[in-house]
Amino acid sequence: MKRKLFLALVALMMIPMLFTSCGKKEEAVETAVEEAAPAGPVVMNWNLAADPKYIDPGLNGASDGGDLASNLFEGLVRERSGEVIPGIAKSWETSDDGLVVTFHLRESKWSDGSPLTAHDFVYSWKRAIEPSTASEYGWIWHYTNVVNAEAANNGEVSVDEVGIRAVDDLTFEVTLSAPTDYFVSLTSFYHFMPVKQSSIEDANGGDGMWMKTPSLAVSNGAYKLTSYKVGDGLTLEKNENYWNTSKTGLDIINVKFIDSASTGYTAYQAGEFDFLDGSSVPPAEIPALVAENPEFYVFPLLGTYYYNFNMDLDMWSDSRVRRALSYAIDRTLIVETLGRGNVPAGGFVPPGFPDHEGNDFFETAGTYGISMDAGSVEEAKKLLAEAGYPNGEGFPKFTLMYNTSEGHQLVAEMVQEMWKTNLGISCDLENQEWAVFQDTRKAGDYQVSRGGWITDFLDPMGLLAIFVDGNDYNDPNYNNPAYNEAMAKASSSNGAAHYEALYAAQDILMKDMPIVPVYHYTDYFLSSPKLKGWDRSMLGQIDFTTAYLAD
Amino acid sequence: MRNYFIRRLIYSLLTVLMIATVTFFMMHSIPGGPFTREKPVPPEIMRVLNEKYKLDQPLYMQYLDYMKGLVTFNLGPSFSKVGISVNDLIVEGFPQTAKVGFLAALLIIIMGVPFGIISALKQNRPIDYIVMFMATLGVTIPSFVIASLIIYFFAGKLGWIPPFGLSTMGSYIGPVVALAGYSLSFVTRLTRSSMLEVLRQDYVRTARANGLRELSVIGKHAVKNALIPVITYMGPTIAALMTGSFVVERIFAIPGIGRYFVESVSNRDYTVIMGITVIYAAFYVLMVLLVDMAYALIDPRIRFEKESK
Repeated sequence: MKRKLFLALVALMMIPMLFTSCGKKEEAVETAVEEAAPAGPVVMNWNLAADPKYIDPGLNGASDGGDLASNLFEGLVRERSGEVIPGIAKSWETSDDGLVVTFHLRESKWSDGSPLTAHDFVYSWKRAIEPSTASEYGWIWHYTNVVNAEAANNGEVSVDEVGIRAVDDLTFEVTLSAPTDYFVSLTSFYHFMPVKQSSIEDANGGDGMWMKTPSLAVSNGAYKLTSYKVGDGLTLEKNENYWNTSKTGLDIINVKFIDSASTGYTAYQAGEFDFLDGSSVPPAEIPALVAENPEFYVFPLLGTYYYNFNMDLDMWSDSRVRRALSYAIDRTLIVETLGRGNVPAGGFVPPGFPDHEGNDFFETAGTYGISMDAGSVEEAKKLLAEAGYPNGEGFPKFTLMYNTSEGHQLVAEMVQEMWKTNLGISCDLENQEWAVFQDTRKAGDYQVSRGGWITDFLDPMGLLAIFVDGNDYNDPNYNNPAYNEAMAKASSSNGAAHYEALYAAQDILMKDMPIVPVYHYTDYFLSSPKLKGWDRSMLGQIDFTTAYLAD
Repeated sequence: MRNYFIRRLIYSLLTVLMIATVTFFMMHSIPGGPFTREKPVPPEIMRVLNEKYKLDQPLYMQYLDYMKGLVTFNLGPSFSKVGISVNDLIVEGFPQTAKVGFLAALLIIIMGVPFGIISALKQNRPIDYIVMFMATLGVTIPSFVIASLIIYFFAGKLGWIPPFGLSTMGSYIGPVVALAGYSLSFVTRLTRSSMLEVLRQDYVRTARANGLRELSVIGKHAVKNALIPVITYMGPTIAALMTGSFVVERIFAIPGIGRYFVESVSNRDYTVIMGITVIYAAFYVLMVLLVDMAYALIDPRIRFEKESK
């Protein structure tokens, strides 16, 4: 009797498992057969390396979702390699005072065949601003200078007060509170892409689920979403209703969410993937790939890796101390050790921003007299001695804090060593788990902490603005009225005045040195030689709109 | 037996609820939250998010809410897989995890036990040395090394198995071997040592002295007793195998639930942390219960009726 009960229990447990295992296996075999069919559609395999939290561009705040959005949707304009080209807007003009931007839309359709109008943009933008939408990128409206956008995002005024309107079905007009050079290029960002109202308002479409449900996933870009499986992958198919669909050479893109870099990389080598996201490349392989593999692409990423001084502490009150610590670092050695093609950072603004005269902001600004290798060590020693700590004597011991990661540890160890040897200053290293670190840094509970910032729009404002007093991301808690004033001038002007104010601001920042810039980021991909025609925006989004496979 | 079973079942449920409670409060005590970002969310939006997920309520209210959901099998919405409920995540992922876990458990039983027995019977002979060498390797090499090596050689260099997913029969080999590796080796060693001990017992000598055939001595008298520690070990192990492993699922890119054990904590995905912990705890206490029942079948000295009186 007992035995029977036991066996029955065991059998009961096993039955469902056996069933599910059989059922799933058959399914898997069927799809494998379909894929192997010869002379079928042009298929590309892409490892995105993560299951995106959102594909809905209005809600998304991460680069994985952004990569999908740039293939599924098209905004008013596109930005390709820094150049602004027409998207859904075939042309646009700015009023003489620079305050009204009018976009003339082309006639285009959603992937379900319905017409796309200026009203769709009005709806999408208002939805993105609305605080109840809780878009993670809602804060970008605080930098757009669109009339009332910041106030509406803070819940102070209704979104109907925001300066956007549809003049007619194909004319979209935006009113700005100050002339803003980067506004048009900003609209290429995924946050500003149109979204389909009927899908979002569908009972099953909430929380961005409409873009993970094939029957609701209506988009307006080169591809449409035809399947999504949580934690596994999704499928994009060519959108025949896209206005420029004849340029699209791929019929199907199979997207996988494999987050293990070694697995993704092995699969790429085995030919299972045509395109591999950079986060799917094992860090240890990167130096060799940079050096010798033509399939490996390295791009500058518009951001900077730096350390914050906690400006609220007395120990950092003397700018000579802060400058000494910054001057004592051999940045060239650090980037060479990392081997990822990074550029040493002399200022905070990375290469890639042309100013009003067409010169690169980074080149023009220079390195503020700091040698990018060990050449400024003597000056660092002198500054430290002037501040009252010859050879580091009597300087209090402090802690350098970073979030747990091999890469951050390597840089921190090198910096620790450089400060010790070059200045005689010793510091401890402490790492914290990512989310804990965010809290610690936000609370200002540190002496020196790691920082990283990547801009979301093509203007040095996108970087320098974070050190204005009161900015949510001003981690060092830096506050210099002259800097705040220069930045205020920059955000309310365009052309020469705008860039002069920005140069002036970075001059002040580098004299005060509330941060130690270390290097500028890079971004990388592996792309099979037969995959051609893809493009990457300066902001880092991958675009397969005009991609094709060559034999 | 039945009374005992019912009583144990009630204890098990209480255990699961206690584990859920402790996990809930520990989880909320770590810094950071589901909306912690490198680029922090504006205060107004944070307020809306907290309100939406009821994170603005006092902790005890959140706890009561969660427990209410738990007893009705509603594990709530995921914070990081927005729009998807934890129930859906588990329903989608569990079959994948369980398939691999079940095969691994099967492999451990059908290979570990016989090899352990053979090793014990041929003690200090070459076959014993070979088995023990392999078992020592299996215990000492971590699963991520085994998994990476399998991928590197069999998927990368030789191309015999797909490098990821569970698309073909062959693709089960890697995850099953990597998942079973440690326990398989451990069970082999455990069976061997337990078997050696039993073989030295008086009743085995008596059985032999009585002229029983060797097969009968081993199969009927020795193995049955030698398996008790193995069963004790296998109970919780099966619970762990069936709920998956972060390392194995990540490396072989299996869309199961094992990866959530680590992923959900990094993301502070509160509901997923809870859901996955509760599932594992429930499996665990169930297996412990089954193991206790199994003792009664194997060892006639263990009786439940007496206890329940």
